[in-house]
Amino acid sequence: MRKLSLAGLFNPAQVFSFRGGIHPETRKHSSECAIEDMPVPSLIRVPLQQHIGVEAEPIVKRDDLVLKGQLIGKARGPVSANIHAPTSGRVIAVGHFTAPHPSGLPVPTITIRPDGKDEWGPRLPRLRPENATPEEIAAKVAEAGIVGMGGATFPSAVKLNLRAKYELHTLVINGAECEPYLTCDDRLMRERPEEIADGIAIMARALGVKQIIVAIESNKPQAIEAMGRHNRALGYELRIKTVPTQYPMGSEKHLVKTLTGRETPARALTAELGIVVHNAATAHAVHLAVRYGEPSISRVVTVSGRGIARPANVRTLIGTPVAELLAHCGGLVEEPERMLLGGPMMGLPIQNPRVPIVKGTNGILALTRSETRDRDIMPCIRCGLCVQACPLGLTPFELNARIQASDLDGAARVGLLDCITCGCCSYTCPSNIPLVQTIHFAKGKLAEQESRKHQQEQAKRLAAARTAREEAIAEAKRAAMAKRKAEMAAKKQREAEAAKDAREGEAVK
Amino acid sequence: MLYAVTSMTALGLGLGLLLGLAARKFHVETPPIVDEIEALLPGTNCGQCGYPGCRAGAEALAEGAAPVTLCPPGGREVALQLAEIAPPECGGGAADIGGMEEAEPMVAFIFEDHCTGCTKCFKRCPTDAIVGANKQIHTVIVDACIGCDACIEVCPTEAIIHRTKPRTLRNWYWEKPDQFSVEGEMRQSA
Repeated sequence: MRKLSLAGLFNPAQVFSFRGGIHPETRKHSSECAIEDMPVPSLIRVPLQQHIGVEAEPIVKRDDLVLKGQLIGKARGPVSANIHAPTSGRVIAVGHFTAPHPSGLPVPTITIRPDGKDEWGPRLPRLRPENATPEEIAAKVAEAGIVGMGGATFPSAVKLNLRAKYELHTLVINGAECEPYLTCDDRLMRERPEEIADGIAIMARALGVKQIIVAIESNKPQAIEAMGRHNRALGYELRIKTVPTQYPMGSEKHLVKTLTGRETPARALTAELGIVVHNAATAHAVHLAVRYGEPSISRVVTVSGRGIARPANVRTLIGTPVAELLAHCGGLVEEPERMLLGGPMMGLPIQNPRVPIVKGTNGILALTRSETRDRDIMPCIRCGLCVQACPLGLTPFELNARIQASDLDGAARVGLLDCITCGCCSYTCPSNIPLVQTIHFAKGKLAEQESRKHQQEQAKRLAAARTAREEAIAEAKRAAMAKRKAEMAAKKQREAEAAKDAREGEAVK
Repeated sequence: MLYAVTSMTALGLGLGLLLGLAARKFHVETPPIVDEIEALLPGTNCGQCGYPGCRAGAEALAEGAAPVTLCPPGGREVALQLAEIAPPECGGGAADIGGMEEAEPMVAFIFEDHCTGCTKCFKRCPTDAIVGANKQIHTVIVDACIGCDACIEVCPTEAIIHRTKPRTLRNWYWEKPDQFSVEGEMRQSA
C-alpha cells in the first residue's frame, strides 16, 4: 500500500525500485564497530594491477628505499592507475606474487619491508578546489591513483572526464552497500561525513553537474542522519535519499533506476542518462588527495564472518597481507569453510591468506559452515524463481540450459552478456543449481573465444605480412639477378666490340 | 648493344603474351566453396593438415578428400564452422567433432640453454613469432605463436617443445561447475 501513498510523490525512491532482487539477511555484525587504524604490517605487497585496465609499470628497483606516498608504479595508457608506496621502507622484491584472486595466479608485485617509521615523502601538490578547473581536479585524482573503491576498481579520473563525451547533470553517490556483512562505507559515512561531503562536492565540480544525490539504503539510519547533517559543501547542496534495502541496490544501473525511474540501456554507461555514479569511499579518497595531497594508499576494510574472533572495520594500508589483518582482529576462532575478499554475494574466494589487500577490497569474510550453503544440487523444476529474482529481467534457467548444452552463442542471444553476476538466481534457486557460477564460466569462456578469434585474425595478418615480405625479397633478388645478367651481357658485348675494333684496326694496319 | 636490348625486349614481350594467353585459355575455375573454406582456416600455411598450405587443405576439403577436422591449430571451433559449409561427402561428422577435445591452445617454448642461435626456427616460423639472431638465444612471442610445430621440426638441438599457453589473470575464467545430469543419475543408480 505504501507504494501508492502520497508520501511517495515526495520521495520518488519509495515509488521507483527495480524489478527482481532479493532480501538476504543483512548480517551486519560489524556495524557498531568504529573504524580502527591498523599498525604498519611486517611486510607489504603491492600488486601493480589493482584496477581495471592496463597494469602499472614499476619505477623502483630492488633495494631502493621508498617513502610513504612515493610513486612506485606509473599508470600505463589511458585506463590505468598510479600505485604509491603505502609506507616507508626498503623494496625487497619487484617480481610476481599470488594475486588476491580465486585463480591464485601470479601478478606483478612490489614487495616492501617497512622500516616502521612510516615516514611521509613529499605530498602531492595540493589544490584549492574552489578555484581549480575540472581538468586540474581530474588530473589530481589520476595522479593520486584513485580507483572505484566499491570493488569495481575502475580508475576514477576516467569517470570524472566523462563530461567531455556526455551531457552530465547528476552525480549519484553510492552509499547503498547492499552486500550482507559489509559495513565499511556505512562506518565511513557515519564517522567522516564532512570529509565525504567535501570529496563529493569536489567531484561534482570536476564533472560540472548541478545535482548531487547521495543514496543510502534504509538499513543505515545513522549514516543517513550523519550525511544529512553535512549536506552542504563548496556551495553545492547534497540531496540525501533513502533507498529500499534490497540486493543488488549497489549496482549503479539499479541505483539509478531506483532514484530516477530511468533505465540505463543494455551494455551502456549511466552517463548516457547524464548521470555518473561514484562510491562514498571514493569521495573520501578524493577529499584526501585534493585537500591534503595524500595518494590512495589505504582503505577501510570490513573483517567479518563467524570465523573471526572480533569483527571490525579497519583502516589498513594497501598491500597488508590478509593473514596479518585477520591476526589484528583476534585471528580465526574456527577453521572457515570459505574465505572471501568482498561480500558474500559477489566476493572472490581465496585460498592463500598471504595475499594482500588491494584498493578494491572492501571486506574479508571468514565464513563458517553454518553461514555457507553447500547443499545437494537437484534438477531444475522450471519454477521460475530465478526469473523473478533476476534484477536484469533475464531467464537464468534458460541461460543455464543453453550453457549446459555448450550453446554459448545461444546463451549470448538471450542476454548472457547483460548479466552482472549478482548471484540473485543462485541465492533463490530451490534446487541449489549453481546458476551464477555457470554463467561466470560461460562469460569467461565466451571472452576467451572472442580473444582467440581475434588472435587468429592477427596470426592471419602476420602470416600474410610474412608472405608478402618473402615475395618482396625474392622479387628483389630476381631483379638484382636480371640487372647483373644484363650488365654482364653488356660488358661482354663491349669487350667483343672492343676486340672487333682491335681486329679491324689490325686489319687496317 | 641495340641488338641485345631489342632482342631481349621482344623475347620478353612475346613470352609474356604467350603466358597471358595461356592463363586465359587454360584457366581452371576453382569452386567458390574453396575460398569460403580458406577464409575460415587460420591462413598460416603451417602444413599440419598434411597439405601444402591452407589453400591446398581447403581444396582437399572441398573435394571431400579431407575431413572437417583436418586443422589442428583451428581445433574444435574451426571444425564446427567448417562442418556448416563443407560438402556432405567429406569425412568427419558430428561424432568426430564431438570426440575432438577442446584443445588447450598450445605455444612453442624454447629451452634457452639448448638454443644455439642457428636461426632455423626463426626463418621457418609462419607468423614471425620467434625473435632471434645468429648466435643469439631465440625466444617465442607467446601472443603471436599459433603452436604449429614448424619450429620444433627444424630445431637441430631439440630445444623447442610444445606446451599449453600459460594462463594469466586476463584469460583465466571459472571452471564449469558440476551440475545434476540425468545420465549421471542413471549411471549411479545402475
